[in-house]
Amino acid sequence: MATVPDQAHFSRQTMNNNLVPEWLSAEHSTGTSIMAVEFDGGVVIGADSRTTTGSYIANRVTDKLTPISDRIFCCRSGSAADTQAIADIVNYHLNFHKMEMGEDPLVQTAAHIFKELCYSYRDDLTAGIICGGWDKRSGGQVYSIPLGGMCVRQPFAIGGSGSTYIYGYVDSTFKEGMTKEECMNFTANSLALAMFRDGSSGGVIRLACINEDGVERRVLKGDEIPRFFEG
Amino acid sequence: MSSIGTGYDLSASQFSPDGRVFQVEYAQKAVENSGTAIGIRGKDGIVFGVEKIVQSKLYEVGANKRLFNVDSHVGMAVAGLLADARNVVNTARDEAANYRSNFGASVPLKMLTERVSMYIHAHTLYSSVRPFGVSVIMGSYEVDGPHMYLVDPSGVSWGYHGCAVGKAKQAAKTEIEKLKMKDMTCRELVKEVAKIIYIVHDEVKDKNFELELSWVGEVTGGKHQLVPADIHAEAEKYAKESLEESDESDEDM
Repeated sequence: MATVPDQAHFSRQTMNNNLVPEWLSAEHSTGTSIMAVEFDGGVVIGADSRTTTGSYIANRVTDKLTPISDRIFCCRSGSAADTQAIADIVNYHLNFHKMEMGEDPLVQTAAHIFKELCYSYRDDLTAGIICGGWDKRSGGQVYSIPLGGMCVRQPFAIGGSGSTYIYGYVDSTFKEGMTKEECMNFTANSLALAMFRDGSSGGVIRLACINEDGVERRVLKGDEIPRFFEG
Repeated sequence: MSSIGTGYDLSASQFSPDGRVFQVEYAQKAVENSGTAIGIRGKDGIVFGVEKIVQSKLYEVGANKRLFNVDSHVGMAVAGLLADARNVVNTARDEAANYRSNFGASVPLKMLTERVSMYIHAHTLYSSVRPFGVSVIMGSYEVDGPHMYLVDPSGVSWGYHGCAVGKAKQAAKTEIEKLKMKDMTCRELVKEVAKIIYIVHDEVKDKNFELELSWVGEVTGGKHQLVPADIHAEAEKYAKESLEESDESDEDM
């Protein structure tokens, strides 16, 4: 079995026989499709719900949209363990910060803390994170923190293994000044297309809308998931 | 109310029977012996003024400044033992830099003040260190407006619209209270601050002094800076003229 040299992880005992399935020893990954879009007054974030160990689907109803403060969420892709640990640490820091400041944290602060962790430990982590939320200073914001630990704000961001199949779709469909409903549809359609083509993505579409009034979560399952050409 | 705390004043780790920590009070006396420093919070910024008493004409002009920059957006005026003050300033600078490194943004003055207060307070708890003989006035101009805080040697801090520390603080406070600070801009306040320092300066006891002025506000784009030479000169001229015009005799403390 070929080793993947750029993934510095604890050693895997790769079995060279057919008796023991590969997924017993493979690492949990959120081979994923995640997305976040800014609109005037908030953000819409979305993700699929599949977690795989190798080719076994360990969890088909995963929640990859993790709250790290009242109005800030992150979409996780990459190693499930790594991203959960990082999200916990950021949550911890933001809690302290919120208490000391006496007001809700800014999205850019959360993104910065994600970036500090992902960059400092870049050789040990596999984490692609999209941080999205609302704060009263700058409204809705989306920050993309991919593998190496850079941090950049974007009007919308896509991530995970499934995102590679939808770059053309999102670039041609996105337009400035979309309403909340248009953003929800844009996200749902994009994720549906990614989930259809990417083997590591699937399950249900989880959506969340974050604005001044709070967080509104939705699940699209079964025939609620948009359908396109299916060959 | 000053009294001698014989027997209970040897270390900061001792209370007196009437509940005072004399070492801290002595530290506050050290501040009261130093040249006056004032800070005024106006509509669009903060202005600091310091009466820097010069012991000898042989000193280089502008040496031993008592106004410091703690990060680009925060300024600090100090009164008391200058060497102690430098330690506090360095700590404040470290805290501000750490905050920026951890959170990617400039430290809010409220948080910086808390950290400086905790640091100063920590030195009032043990017999192995002595309290700092400094009071610091910190000011900044943030998204939600100007802020100013005073920290004294006990580690307590207060937010202020106008404050004064040092030998002429009572006289300075009286002058400050006459101003309608909330409606004045930095440019107007610079002249008033210079005037107050000149008014409270004691010509008899301290012959020579240098006036230090700095500001932070909309006029500087949120950055703390020493007041430019031309505005400084204009403010000093205004102060000297006001002094000549007025019939007030120099007040002694």
